[in-house]
Amino acid sequence: MSVSTVGLAELRQILRDSAGVEAGVDLDGEILDITFEDLGYDSIAVLETAARITQEYGLPVDDDTLTVTSTPRELLALIGTG
Amino acid sequence: MISPPVVTGIGAVAPNGLGTAEYWDAICAGTSGIRPVSRFDASGYPSKLAGEVAGFVAEQHLPSRLLPQTDHMTRLALTAADLALADAGVQAGELPPLDLGVVTASSAGGFEFGQRELERNWSRGNEYVSAYQSFAWFYAVNTGQISIRHGFKGPSGVLVSDQAGGLDAIAQARRQLRRGSAMIVTGGVDGSICPWGWVAQLASGRLSASDDPTAAYLPFDARAAGHVPGEGGAILILEDAEAARERHAAHVYGQIAGYAATFDPKPGSGREPGLRRAIEGALADAGVASDDVDVVFADAAAIPALDHIEAEAIAAVFGAGGVPVTAPKTMTGRLYAGAASLDVAAALLAIRDDLVPPTVNVRPARGYPIEIVTGSPHRMPVRVAVVIARGHGGFNSVLVIRAAGTAVEATSKAIEN
Repeated sequence: MSVSTVGLAELRQILRDSAGVEAGVDLDGEILDITFEDLGYDSIAVLETAARITQEYGLPVDDDTLTVTSTPRELLALIGTG
Repeated sequence: MISPPVVTGIGAVAPNGLGTAEYWDAICAGTSGIRPVSRFDASGYPSKLAGEVAGFVAEQHLPSRLLPQTDHMTRLALTAADLALADAGVQAGELPPLDLGVVTASSAGGFEFGQRELERNWSRGNEYVSAYQSFAWFYAVNTGQISIRHGFKGPSGVLVSDQAGGLDAIAQARRQLRRGSAMIVTGGVDGSICPWGWVAQLASGRLSASDDPTAAYLPFDARAAGHVPGEGGAILILEDAEAARERHAAHVYGQIAGYAATFDPKPGSGREPGLRRAIEGALADAGVASDDVDVVFADAAAIPALDHIEAEAIAAVFGAGGVPVTAPKTMTGRLYAGAASLDVAAALLAIRDDLVPPTVNVRPARGYPIEIVTGSPHRMPVRVAVVIARGHGGFNSVLVIRAAGTAVEATSKAIEN
């Protein structure tokens, strides 16, 4: 585990790998405050993304809190590295 | 009388052709897609050949959002559904979503995806298992993914009866149309060419151990010794005939005129297997007489005892050598839930072109009372075709397909008989 923090760049990559990119969405644009739903990600895509963060960075994400996390900024805050 | 439902779109993804025209050209040319397994190293297994869909690159057919959450066979199914809907000229939003359903067949679900996630579970722990595993392995996954992708929100489901499922799904689609749906995406696409899927199939004892692609799957041949597994199948667009007319459907390939399914008696009971009753039931359901049938697409198990049962059932209904019988699946391998709907696609194209594709590599053995189409495709009028499919464990299903616009004529003929 070479990196211990997850920033927006890492989150973008994890989203790409674990859920792909919806047509018409610019994942490299200003996405911090756009809801996952508007980015084309459903709840299972967010769940998968959170699981990958735990697997790759050892940062646990509480499932119950995750269900009320609606934007990349909130997710990064939740894992304490945003 | 209510007109039988019609097929207005075909999407074939087969080992010898990615796309309907490619598949049809291949089976008419006698081109096989059976080759050594390439999806994993099968060199250490007793069976080493498969019918794999060559040249399929998922990224070229599907959006990136779908790739992390789909098994290989679901990607093939989504591609087949796209082809079928495009062929049928279905526009998004053209019809009310609740009038549109999806009914597919499955035999194993997403085995390759499931194998990878089980490996992660055993080797790293359950927190490493993908959230997508919750549905990506599941029998109903192709129905669900097609439904979501195209916004079909009407009656939907999945049929699991091994190879018979490809016909059972179409029959269930027909029921939903009778209940008021306008259009059902149906058929089956299947495949589990991965180590876990391979050992599960080997356990049936029905896989060929031959390394020779031209001699490994030989139904109705004295050398018959099991089948070659394959992947792929066909997705069909089944519509209420009136609804198809109203939206001026570009193609009407044919009618789903009749269907019946039976279950075999307990082994050792001495009672007759159920296949003859299934053929007779499907003909009665269609209102066609046996001598109206132009061609039979056989299940073609390539297990001698099963081949005898099938040949005798066909001969009992149509007379010895009384109808041409073919098995283009000798060019694809057995595709399980994908096989029968691919045969239905071939039968519809046989009706369109008045051309019966051949059975390849087979030298029909003496003792089978049927006439098998071998060598070149036979050019002959094809108005009515019968497709037979059997599933491991006793499933027998039979579908009767008829050229469109022949209902009145065929029905009156059946009554005269």
